[in-house]
Amino acid sequence: MSTLTSPIQAGFDVEKVRADFPVLKQKVHGKPLIYLDSAATAQKPSVVVDAIRRFHEVDCANIHRGVHELSQRSTAAYEETRLKAKRFLNARTKNELIFVRGATEGINLVASTWGRRNVGEGDEIVISALEHHSNIVPWQMLCEEKSARLRIIPMNDRGELLLEEYEKLLSPRTRLVAFAHVSNALGTINPAARIIETAHRAGALALVDGAQAAPHMKIDVQALDADFYTFSGHKVFGPTGIGILYGKTRLLNAMPPYQGGGDMIRVVTFEKTTYNDLPYKFEAGTPNIAGGIGLGAALDYVNAIGLEKIAAYEHQLLQYGTELLSRIPGLRLIGTAREKAAVLSFVMEGIHPHDIGTLLDRQGIAVRTGHHCAQPVMDWFHVPATTRASLAFYNTAAEIDALAAGIQKVKEVFS
Amino acid sequence: MVDDLYQEIILDHSRRPRNCHPMEDATSKVEGYNPLCGDKLKLFLKMRGDVVEDASFVGSGCAISTASASLMTEAMKGKSRAEALALMERFHELLTTDTPAANDLGKLVVFCGVRDYPARVKCATLAWHTLKSALNHEHGTEDPVTTE
Repeated sequence: MSTLTSPIQAGFDVEKVRADFPVLKQKVHGKPLIYLDSAATAQKPSVVVDAIRRFHEVDCANIHRGVHELSQRSTAAYEETRLKAKRFLNARTKNELIFVRGATEGINLVASTWGRRNVGEGDEIVISALEHHSNIVPWQMLCEEKSARLRIIPMNDRGELLLEEYEKLLSPRTRLVAFAHVSNALGTINPAARIIETAHRAGALALVDGAQAAPHMKIDVQALDADFYTFSGHKVFGPTGIGILYGKTRLLNAMPPYQGGGDMIRVVTFEKTTYNDLPYKFEAGTPNIAGGIGLGAALDYVNAIGLEKIAAYEHQLLQYGTELLSRIPGLRLIGTAREKAAVLSFVMEGIHPHDIGTLLDRQGIAVRTGHHCAQPVMDWFHVPATTRASLAFYNTAAEIDALAAGIQKVKEVFS
Repeated sequence: MVDDLYQEIILDHSRRPRNCHPMEDATSKVEGYNPLCGDKLKLFLKMRGDVVEDASFVGSGCAISTASASLMTEAMKGKSRAEALALMERFHELLTTDTPAANDLGKLVVFCGVRDYPARVKCATLAWHTLKSALNHEHGTEDPVTTE
C-alpha cells in the first residue's frame, strides 16, 4: 500500500540486528510477530539472555566482601556494569551511578532523600504536563508531606512544552524541576539542556527522567549539566528490575541514605551506625545482581551498534510511519512535536483503542492501548486513551506497512 | 477475523447502543469506572418496588463495554432484584469459566467469546459491576464503582 520510499539507512543492517533477538522469530495467532511496544519494554538480545544465564550457571554468588572465587567474579561483573553506565551517561566518576530497580525507583529515591531534606513549606517543585505517573506521584506525595506546591509546565497541542510559560513558573521558591527527556505517551523530545540551564539560573536543581530517552539517543549528563538522571534497564534491552540513577557527587554526598540495611553501612553498633561511601550508601541489601550483569551486556550491545546510528535509523522509521498513518482517514496522531522519538500514538474516529489493540493483536501486531500511565496527558488531549505503536531499531518499514494495513482491517470490522 | 469476539450483535449494539440516555426520574444512579482503560459509564435504574421498571446508561467505552451495557439494560427491564443479581452471576460465569452458557442468558451469550480474551473481561463486566452497586444502593452512591 506504500508508495513511500522505505527507510533503508546505509550502514544499518536491520535484518542482522533482528537475528540477535530470538523473541522476534515467532508467530502470534498464526502471524509473524510485529512487536511495536518497545516503549513499554524492549526485547532482549541473546547476549543479554546469555549473560544472565552465565551468571546463574557459572558465577552465581553474592557480591561484595566475599573472599571466594565466585563472589569475586560476580562482584567484578556487577561493578563492571557501573563503569559501563558511567560511560553510557558520561558521568564523572563511577560513584555517581546508583543501582535502582528502574526509573521509578530512581525518582522515588531522590524525592524521599534529597526531597525530604531540602523541600519545605511553601517551596515549589516544577514538573511538566507530559509526565509519566512515576514523575508526578512521588512529587505529589512529597509536596503533600511538606506543604509544598507542585507546578506544571503547560504544553501546546503538538505536545511541546511551552518554555516561556516554564520560565514564568520559576521563582526563588523553586527547589527542583523534574521532567521527562522523552515523553512515553507522545514521543516529544524535550529540550533538556535548555530546561536545566533555566532551572539553574533560578537556583533550582533539575532531575531528568530518561526512561524513554536512553534507548534512542546519546546521553551526556555533563553536557546537559543534569543534577539527577535516571533510566530503566528493561527499556534499553536489558532485564526488568534494574536501572540507574545518576546524581552529582556533591548532591549525593549531602543526601541522607534511602533504605537501611546491609552494604550501605560502614560500622553498625546498637548505639550508632555510620554509612558507607558512595555509591553504596544508597544500595541496601543484596541487589539484583543478575539484572545488573544483564544490563551491562545490554549497554555493550547498544554501544556496539552505536546510538547515533540507532537514532538516525529510528528517525527515518518514525517519519515513514508518521506519513503512512497520517494518510488513513479518521486517524488522528496524538503528539506531533517537531522533535520526536519512536512513538506513534493515535486515536481513530468511532473506534476505541482497546478494540484496535485486540484486533491488531489477532494479526500478530503488539501495540499498547490505554492511558500509558499518563492520565493528565490524555485529559489534556480530551481522549480517554490512545493506541500507541512504539519503535525500536529492530523494527522495519515492512512492519509499519503491516501496521497501516492492520488499521485498515480494523476499520473494515467497524465500518 | 475475530468473529468469535466481535459478533454481529456486539458490533450492532456498539454502533447503536440501546437505552443510551440519561433518565430524569431514575431511582438509582451509579457511576462505573475502569481505571485500566479510562472507560466511564453512568447507569440509571428506575425501580418499582422490587422490580426494574426501566434501565439506561450514558458513557464512553470500547465496543465490548458499550454493547454489554446496551444488552444488559435491555435484559434488566421487568426483572426483580433477585433475578437481576442471579443473571449477573450467570453472565460472569459465562465470561470466566468453561461451563456451557445458561439457557436464560438469551442474547447475552454473544459475549461467550470474551472468555478467550482475559484482558477484555473487565470491559464486558463494567456495566454489570455498576448494576450490582445500583441494585444494592437504593438511591445510588457518591463514589464510582471500579472494576479493580
